[in-house]
Amino acid sequence: MKILIANGYVIDPAAGVNGGKDVLIEDGRVSGLLERGREIPAGAEVFDATGLIVAPGFIDLHTHLREPGQEYKETIATGALAAVTGGWTTICAMPNTDPVNDSPAVTRFIIEQAERAQLANVFPIGALTKGSGGKELAEMGEMKNAGIVAVSDDGRPVPNAGIMRRAMEYAHGFELTVVDHCQDASLTLGGVMHEGRWSLILGLKGMPAAAEDVHAIRDCVLAKLTGAAVHIAHVSTRGSVDAVRRAKELGLPVTCEVAPHHWTMTDGALEDYDTNTKMSPPLRSRDHVEALLEGLRDGTIDAIATDHAPHHADEKGLEFDQAPFGITGLETAVGLAFDLVNQGVIDLERLVQLCSTNPARIFGLKDRGTLMANSHADVTILDPAHEWVFDVAASKSKSRNTPFHGRAMTGAAVATIVGGRLVYLNPDYTRITQTRHRNASAK
Amino acid sequence: MASVTFNRKHLLGIRELEPGEITHLLDTAETFREISKRDIKKVPALRGRTVINLFFEPSTRTRTSFEIAAKRLSADAVNVSVSTSSVSKGETLLDTARNLEAMSPDCIVVRHSMAGAPQQLARMGNAPIVNAGDGSHEHPTQALLDALTIREYKGRLEGLKVAIIGDVLHSRVARSNIHLLTKLGATVSIAGPGTLVPAEFGELVETGLRVEKRIEDAIDGADVVMVLRIQRERQDTAFFPSMREYAVHYGLRPQHLKSAAPDAIVMHPGPINRGIEIASEIADGSSSLILDQVTNGVAVRMAVLYLLGGGSHNEVDVDKVELVRNQTQKL
Repeated sequence: MKILIANGYVIDPAAGVNGGKDVLIEDGRVSGLLERGREIPAGAEVFDATGLIVAPGFIDLHTHLREPGQEYKETIATGALAAVTGGWTTICAMPNTDPVNDSPAVTRFIIEQAERAQLANVFPIGALTKGSGGKELAEMGEMKNAGIVAVSDDGRPVPNAGIMRRAMEYAHGFELTVVDHCQDASLTLGGVMHEGRWSLILGLKGMPAAAEDVHAIRDCVLAKLTGAAVHIAHVSTRGSVDAVRRAKELGLPVTCEVAPHHWTMTDGALEDYDTNTKMSPPLRSRDHVEALLEGLRDGTIDAIATDHAPHHADEKGLEFDQAPFGITGLETAVGLAFDLVNQGVIDLERLVQLCSTNPARIFGLKDRGTLMANSHADVTILDPAHEWVFDVAASKSKSRNTPFHGRAMTGAAVATIVGGRLVYLNPDYTRITQTRHRNASAK
Repeated sequence: MASVTFNRKHLLGIRELEPGEITHLLDTAETFREISKRDIKKVPALRGRTVINLFFEPSTRTRTSFEIAAKRLSADAVNVSVSTSSVSKGETLLDTARNLEAMSPDCIVVRHSMAGAPQQLARMGNAPIVNAGDGSHEHPTQALLDALTIREYKGRLEGLKVAIIGDVLHSRVARSNIHLLTKLGATVSIAGPGTLVPAEFGELVETGLRVEKRIEDAIDGADVVMVLRIQRERQDTAFFPSMREYAVHYGLRPQHLKSAAPDAIVMHPGPINRGIEIASEIADGSSSLILDQVTNGVAVRMAVLYLLGGGSHNEVDVDKVELVRNQTQKL
């Protein structure tokens, strides 16, 4: 099967391409980037991308799918559908399922479920320690053979530096990136929001920024000691951005990601005790948000990741202290990332870098994050001008826990191609292309 | 004086109130205070209305105060006590709210150990909600009764110096008082152990609040000294080494009052830990207004229930209260 993505504007930082090209896809792989206006290859179906951005498929390094164990919140199939709807061709599934993904059996189960769904690529992340208990190393080598792409005890950060060191050393042997949710639990015990003026006003127990900072700094130091590739998950504080910046200056193999809600909202959003503003790490104060924007601007932050964390409405309907941490993110992340472009924080090329090029590099995903010949035909097609309003009632996720319902956005993924198959097309696509055509001919 | 209205549906906290609204709540409470001094302590203002006291956290004083307030206004008061442990296992806050709403109450008074629960209930249902204390967030009627007491003895709030001593971090009483007092022009100094009075507290309000390390510095020149209860039940880790050490460094003793204003008054939201945060000589002494606070609590709660569950448009209509009084006197 051949598809020609025609008349689009290709942005592929890995290939050094930023211009009008056609993309020819054959049998699930990219066969090449062609000059525009050439004859349509025989037998090729044409996807009209006039006026649209054609990017290597977006890769989410941080997704919580709730299968196995909590299918009432999300299944691999519903999560993958939400992913492709939001423009993500690949999602990396965190291991905090029930049971925890700390064994090749669970890893294989996740991969099989994803294959059944036939939507996004789902790459499991294995646990760092058994049961993510923070004590004994998990069977990383066996899980790697089964298909994991990284290791992490996300949500239950390893408190003991000695064990973290061993885990890093061991993971390094298998060239697995260690992803850490940086949070010193002794400093955040009982905390439900960022510690600061707003936690004092609201009388909610705070989690100081320092709790993230000390672990991020610890991990950078341990990266130096062990040589392991360390990826700091969802940085939310000035201190952890600074730590990563310093580590990079020292040439250490440290990278980091940021989640859209952390640069979009501040802790003031908790004023009405809406549990859809409760997540970990928490929404921070303005100064921390500024630091994230600086990190996005100067390249310290490598990736945008959703931290998609679905929870059932009954759980989010509890008292603020009792409601679980986390919000959904797969369908809103790209729209919120376009805010950064529209506000002049980053340009489109950097957006692609943050959502595709760098994520592929961080987890060592071969032949992904680029549209170079012979790479996997994972493509995200974007309309930077598309104006839309996020409606949670139309969400493809099983869960509804988002603070972004009703938010107006400019810029969206309008088509998602995974392995050469068109798996998502925006319902407004026809209208969008007609408008694009009119604009193109007006020029 | 121009007529001021209190048009809010709920009383969830002091922070969101305008100074004029607070003053009117206090003026209304003053009118109601007189009723409790009569032989027949009852007016028909809320006859036929139902007030539910929904207490998710044990409380004797506040619940009784709200119950008496409702009954003196002729409302039917129903007390519902729910232990939070059973809530977490069984019925959710939302279901509890829905069930109570189905019985058409005119007002729900909520006490909860978790901050924000009254806000959540206000969002979920239709009945007016009165926050009777939520976690470490706010306790608006306590701040109002404290203000009423101060006004009774000092004649004003503006320009007064108020010291708040003790566990500010966990105290909803302190938060509501800081908001109320600074909104009405008083200056507040808070002091206590660094673990319970973090320096960031200075940012709670824009002006009129100072954070001190030593209680002596907060009390210096104070017209009002408020002592907070040490809430052992809210402290999951140790915030100070021992009760003995706390009493020595942060407990209010007679010599502290020497540097306060000569006619300084001492207040405590109760129940008091004698000999820990406050010496018995002070608690039982002439400057102590602890029992006046309790008396004023009923008047304040009558005012709040009247304004939220009372007449049309929830207007503060002093004439109507007068009318009510006349009717009662005829009875």
